[in-house]
Amino acid sequence: MNNNPVLNISIFAVFVAITLVVVIRASRNQKTAADYLAAGRAFTGPQNGIAIAGDYLSAASFLGIAGAIALNGYDGFLYSIGFLVAWLVALLLVAELLRNTGKYTMGDVLAFRMRQRPVRAAAATSTMAVSFFYLLAQMAGAGGLVALLLNVTGKGGQAIVIAVVGALMIAYVLIGGMKGTTWVQIIKAVLLIIGAGVMTIWVLAKYGFNLSTLLGAAVENAPKFGEKILGPGLQYGATGTSKLDFLSLGLALVLGTAGLPHILMRFYTVPTAKEARRSVVWAIWLIGLFYLFTLVLGYGAGALVGPDKINAAPGKANSAAPLLAEALGGPILLGLIAAVAFATILAVVAGLTITASASFAHDIYANIIKKGQLEDKEAEVVVARRTAVVIGVVAIVGGIAANGQNIAFLVALAFAVAASANLPTILYSLFWKRFNTSGALWSIYGGLSVTILLIVLSPAVSGKATSMFPKADFDLFPLSNPGIVSIPLSFILGYLGTVLSKERDPAKYAEMEVRALTGVGAEKATAH
Amino acid sequence: MSTAEHPPAESNPVDEHDWEVVQASPEFVELRRRLRSFVFPMAGLFLVWYLLYVLLADYAHGFMATKVFGNINVGLIFGLLQFVSTFAITTLYVRHANKNLDPAAEKIRNELEGGHA
Repeated sequence: MNNNPVLNISIFAVFVAITLVVVIRASRNQKTAADYLAAGRAFTGPQNGIAIAGDYLSAASFLGIAGAIALNGYDGFLYSIGFLVAWLVALLLVAELLRNTGKYTMGDVLAFRMRQRPVRAAAATSTMAVSFFYLLAQMAGAGGLVALLLNVTGKGGQAIVIAVVGALMIAYVLIGGMKGTTWVQIIKAVLLIIGAGVMTIWVLAKYGFNLSTLLGAAVENAPKFGEKILGPGLQYGATGTSKLDFLSLGLALVLGTAGLPHILMRFYTVPTAKEARRSVVWAIWLIGLFYLFTLVLGYGAGALVGPDKINAAPGKANSAAPLLAEALGGPILLGLIAAVAFATILAVVAGLTITASASFAHDIYANIIKKGQLEDKEAEVVVARRTAVVIGVVAIVGGIAANGQNIAFLVALAFAVAASANLPTILYSLFWKRFNTSGALWSIYGGLSVTILLIVLSPAVSGKATSMFPKADFDLFPLSNPGIVSIPLSFILGYLGTVLSKERDPAKYAEMEVRALTGVGAEKATAH
Repeated sequence: MSTAEHPPAESNPVDEHDWEVVQASPEFVELRRRLRSFVFPMAGLFLVWYLLYVLLADYAHGFMATKVFGNINVGLIFGLLQFVSTFAITTLYVRHANKNLDPAAEKIRNELEGGHA
């Protein structure tokens, strides 16, 4: 790649400077927990929708999906469809009801009509597990991106860049809280979608705005697979096991999104349930549009750059989009796209950090340790800030340690835990009158432990050359994606846990249902 | 102030309501029916359609690779139809909510909050 690191770094530095100014301006008036953890609930639906797109479209979905389509054709496209359709679960079943019944965290909703301390502890455990897996994957991915975009190939140099990314993330979260973080997401989402949109039009223009011609060019440039890149099966179609693995992945993708704590937390930043609905609608249109772009970009990279050159570049599949940018617009466009990719990592890790720290401060500190007496006091904000620093440092150390490891399965793991531990519990909690504390604990802890156990026993961790520990051999479970087992199992556990316990609280369910559907007594925007 | 047992309650006067009476009221029962009769079938529909798509992409490679025109095959059309159906369901739900859910919810909310405001 004809790379110009100085140019790339300069463009990125401009992004950091602009966002820091915005974050500092946003940091005024941040005294209460509602200000710091929920941005005063003052964002509009469209603003929050753009921020959700910013939170959701990680580097994995930009560089990863474009690269997967460039190399494996159609199978890469399957990811984006799962990621998009998943939003209907959030829109129809979760977003508005969650906004009306909670304040800051997933734990607020799950614990609403249960015994507070055990359910909040479980919700916080699951929130932190999902956020941490996701965070680690992003941080380690930053190492690979650095190698690719800045020509920093030494492990020491990459470690420094990971530390810089982590330090910036801590700064954003400490100074700006949820409000500042949201603005970073908005700026990043706009840049990412415009950047991808410009490249898409550029690619299409080269082929007379004819998708069929573009696909034909991609086929011609893929001597190894030829026409096969236009149909499914190259990546997952090899054996019966790999097909089952894909089915399992598809389930986790579509059911995981509405259980991702950093996505759920975004619904608390708007003043009403109606605005929460508008946020999801905006997010669906933007995310859908973006995934249509990646389809063109992926095949465009196949046609204009070619799989051989992509495979030879550092970062392989991840380099497809940057290489395409270079082929289209030279070093300047490459620099812009590289900076956007960095901004993407930075924004996503900031969103994850504030989610994990909010869960610790609100669920564990204010509601379990202090038994609710400190809720909404300044102490909650102080604890959230301290936790953000701790999580940031752990993420930096973990990211440096995991750099270069094959940790792609961590994102799949995060989605699988979200789909297995969180989503069944959320749905039962919102819609099933009989559901109780015991059921919630069974589905959260059961879903969490089954998912982690199956991943540890899967070929993602041991037994294959591509495993995390290629030399060890304890892959007793054949699939890399546990969803097909863990999701139904978690629903069953939630049911069993409920019916085996005598606890019933119809009055509390009545309160929850009336609040959820009508918005009575829901948290309002804070006025300044 | 709120306690751990009533997390989102704050010092809100709506706390004093007998929720079970509200829940059993005809207005609320109707609101719940309108919500559930839309979102449950719709959720079932899009999940079945998505699963059908995933199964076809997974187990019917030949069918999905069948060309329809130019280089555009069945798989690509089905994939793009997933986008279309997602956008369509989103739009339908927003219309349903604006027309049939929001006014009913607002009426109950005003009745509950009105007396204390």
